[in-house]
Amino acid sequence: MNTIYERAALVADAAQRMGKHVYSPGTAGKITEARLEFQKKSPKLATLEEAIRRSGLTDGMTISFHHHFRGGDKVVNMVVDKLAQMGFRNLHLAASSLSDVHSPLIGHIRNGVISRISTSGLRGELAQCISHGLMDEPVVFRSHGGRGSAIASGDLHIDVAFLGTSSSDPLGNACGYSRSPNARSICGSLGYALPDARYADKVVVITDDLVPYPNTPNSISEHDVDFVVEVDSVGDSSKIASGAIRDTKNPRDILLAQQAARVIENSGYFNDGFSIQTGSGGASLAAVKFLRESMIEKGIKASFALGGITAHMVRMHQEGLIDRLIDVQSFDKVAAESLMTDRSHKEVSSCEYASADEPGSAVHYLDVVILSALEADVNFNVNVLVGSDGIIRGAIGGHPDTAADSALSVIVCPLLRGRIPCIVDEVTTLITPGSTVDVIVTEYGIAVNPARPDLAARLREKGMNVVGIEWLRDKARSIIGRAAPLPFGNKVVGVVMNRDGSVMDVIKNIEPADD
Amino acid sequence: MGIKNAQAGTLESGDILVRISPNDGNGIEINLDSTVAYQFGAQIRSVIDSTLRELGVDSAVVYATDKGALDCTIRARVTAAAVRATGRDVWND
Amino acid sequence: MMFVPGNNPGMMADAHIYGPDSIMLDLEDSVTIAEKDTARLLVYNALRSVDYGDTEMVVRINPLNTPYGRKDIEAVVKAGVHVIRMPKTETAAEVEEVEREIEKVEREIGCLGRTRIMAAIESALGVVNAYAIATASPRMMGIALGAEDYCANLKTQRTPGGDELRLARETIVVAARAAGIDALDTVYSNLDDMETFRKEVELIHTLGFDGKSIINPRQIEIVNEVFAPTPRAIEKARAIIAAIREAERRGSGVVSVNGKMVDRPVVIRAQRTIDLAIASGIISEA
Repeated sequence: MNTIYERAALVADAAQRMGKHVYSPGTAGKITEARLEFQKKSPKLATLEEAIRRSGLTDGMTISFHHHFRGGDKVVNMVVDKLAQMGFRNLHLAASSLSDVHSPLIGHIRNGVISRISTSGLRGELAQCISHGLMDEPVVFRSHGGRGSAIASGDLHIDVAFLGTSSSDPLGNACGYSRSPNARSICGSLGYALPDARYADKVVVITDDLVPYPNTPNSISEHDVDFVVEVDSVGDSSKIASGAIRDTKNPRDILLAQQAARVIENSGYFNDGFSIQTGSGGASLAAVKFLRESMIEKGIKASFALGGITAHMVRMHQEGLIDRLIDVQSFDKVAAESLMTDRSHKEVSSCEYASADEPGSAVHYLDVVILSALEADVNFNVNVLVGSDGIIRGAIGGHPDTAADSALSVIVCPLLRGRIPCIVDEVTTLITPGSTVDVIVTEYGIAVNPARPDLAARLREKGMNVVGIEWLRDKARSIIGRAAPLPFGNKVVGVVMNRDGSVMDVIKNIEPADD
Repeated sequence: MGIKNAQAGTLESGDILVRISPNDGNGIEINLDSTVAYQFGAQIRSVIDSTLRELGVDSAVVYATDKGALDCTIRARVTAAAVRATGRDVWND
Repeated sequence: MMFVPGNNPGMMADAHIYGPDSIMLDLEDSVTIAEKDTARLLVYNALRSVDYGDTEMVVRINPLNTPYGRKDIEAVVKAGVHVIRMPKTETAAEVEEVEREIEKVEREIGCLGRTRIMAAIESALGVVNAYAIATASPRMMGIALGAEDYCANLKTQRTPGGDELRLARETIVVAARAAGIDALDTVYSNLDDMETFRKEVELIHTLGFDGKSIINPRQIEIVNEVFAPTPRAIEKARAIIAAIREAERRGSGVVSVNGKMVDRPVVIRAQRTIDLAIASGIISEA
């Protein structure tokens, strides 16, 4: 005979040898409630205050946020207000980026709730106050790829991530869009939030559309989520993503875009199967339109478009001109909706997008990137963060990541913005090293990095107006005169990290203008 | 030279609005509000000052609101305001 | 020829970066009566200070029967303008009067003969007198059609096909050719309709015009495409450029092609032909 009773001794023996208990049926019994009802009691569902309390957050810890809701974001202010109300102090706020809407943080910095900030960018009043020396600790600036790497390597350890999403089920399967009729917001890709979800000690998903399980396909997996908080609104939809394609009508932008497109067409990289990314500036977005015409004319198709995905890219994908879209951030509503519905439109985390440490990150396989700039200097270094008045007014974004890893980086930058020179002796702040920049396109001519004589020769051969970068600097000077140096103080208000984790530059405080 | 209140220019980007009024022989006093004050404030003041002096105006209060105008534009606007203030044109009437 | 309002310093500062053959700074219709004085000073200072490169600089003055015309001439001649464009020209006598004014200023500053004249024809009388206007002065370098005023004067209006302008256009081209000067067509102001604009440019190119007036840099590309140089023009330009190189090699200042002397405007035009040919992808190098 071989019954379970006879084997009891052997079971006990095996359990002992494995250091385990012997199974015993408990008294709990089965849960028989219908699952549509039962899931509403998910242990992860909590109010914001409960979630904060149960997350184990204490003074001095690091909290994180993403910026996919852009100018419409309500999550950062909502959470930090709550933290202040609950009496937290000395927190480190690690956001993927911050913008104009986050000026309420000024109060929370003054009252000691926030004492450190890490971000890709700063804008508006908050940026201005920080530039004038609001904080004791300098703000740490990283590129998107650099932030992904820092989170993965533990350089940037996140204690609690607060991640706004456009939909989530009670277990934390969450997306930057919603398929339910109650959808309130849409941002598309959650690429910048994915490293936080994966690596933070505790993850709080905040949503304004709690949908039934399972909210699949999902961006953030329930596996990574500890708490789900339902709120009235995570963001102002009208400011998150606009529906219409806004084409620039600025003739200077159009000229720059046309020149950038011609640089690419004549660069040697404009071949069937090439890959491309464009930055968010008006001129770099417009360049795609000119490229599209050439692609149709010459029968060239791209294998993928990367990065911030726009309605233009989506249209070219639908036309069969771009095979795949790899999306870390959807720039508009058309892109966000395409991400939701189109399987060849893939969402990626900032690590897979642009990490220097990740051999498979998409930027390594990028042929061409078109980027804008606030300033570039005679050594081809580029600044996209600090304005010519010394005030922080931008974001690093993926600029240094894509410039470094692409085969060809094209910077579009007007020589002058009003009386502000944009080709200078030395950039105000070093963001993208000149060794990674190949071409700078201005309205007065095109400068090619001397490290790429092949490229310069090819462009000249095609009759393009290739000029020396020093000539551009001198041209700017001859039109506007020589700019006086900025009155920087001696306090370091910002530290710029290279994507490899080294410190590349610092930003000093600047006195408010008295004139 | 006797002058009255006058102005020239606009607040468009790349332009400068110049307002001139009498200063009772107390020299040229320039109040400048500029989007490029840090880099070009001193230069703009010197262009305003020298343009006025070349036109024989050595006493005036100037309020200038600059939106990144080039020197040639500043000279044109200051001259125009001065012509209007003094009633004496630089071209033959 | 790109029109730029004379009271817009932002546009005047960088109009040349879009590569028009010539820029017309306007003191007439785009400037209100109250701003005539300030626009004149802006144009004067811009012409003296801005480096427009090889771009031909034209200023449209106010008519001499207004209080502004004479001052306009004084200002822009002193500033070194290449061409004065007369608006609403109807008779040769008007050209002669402008010429006298120009000469007066040129004598004063010692640059007699520097300034050339272009006349815009904007009325039925002007069209009837086109040849007389075109030959009224050795300074005449071109005549242009101004269609808006012409249509009003004709008691009609502009249509997409341009039937109402047919006689004026043909008359102006014939007059210009007979006088050996340039013929320039009118503006097309609907920036949202690039198709009709292209058709109009194709039409006037066929009629024999030398160029088109434009109001926005976005129109330049189409004009350049339609006016892309012919293989013959490119060959001629190449011969001129080669002759210059040869002269430079010999250290000679005199350039001649087929025994004919070549002066600077011709050289600039040849270079422009080559640039245009490269830009339109017809040839890959000079």
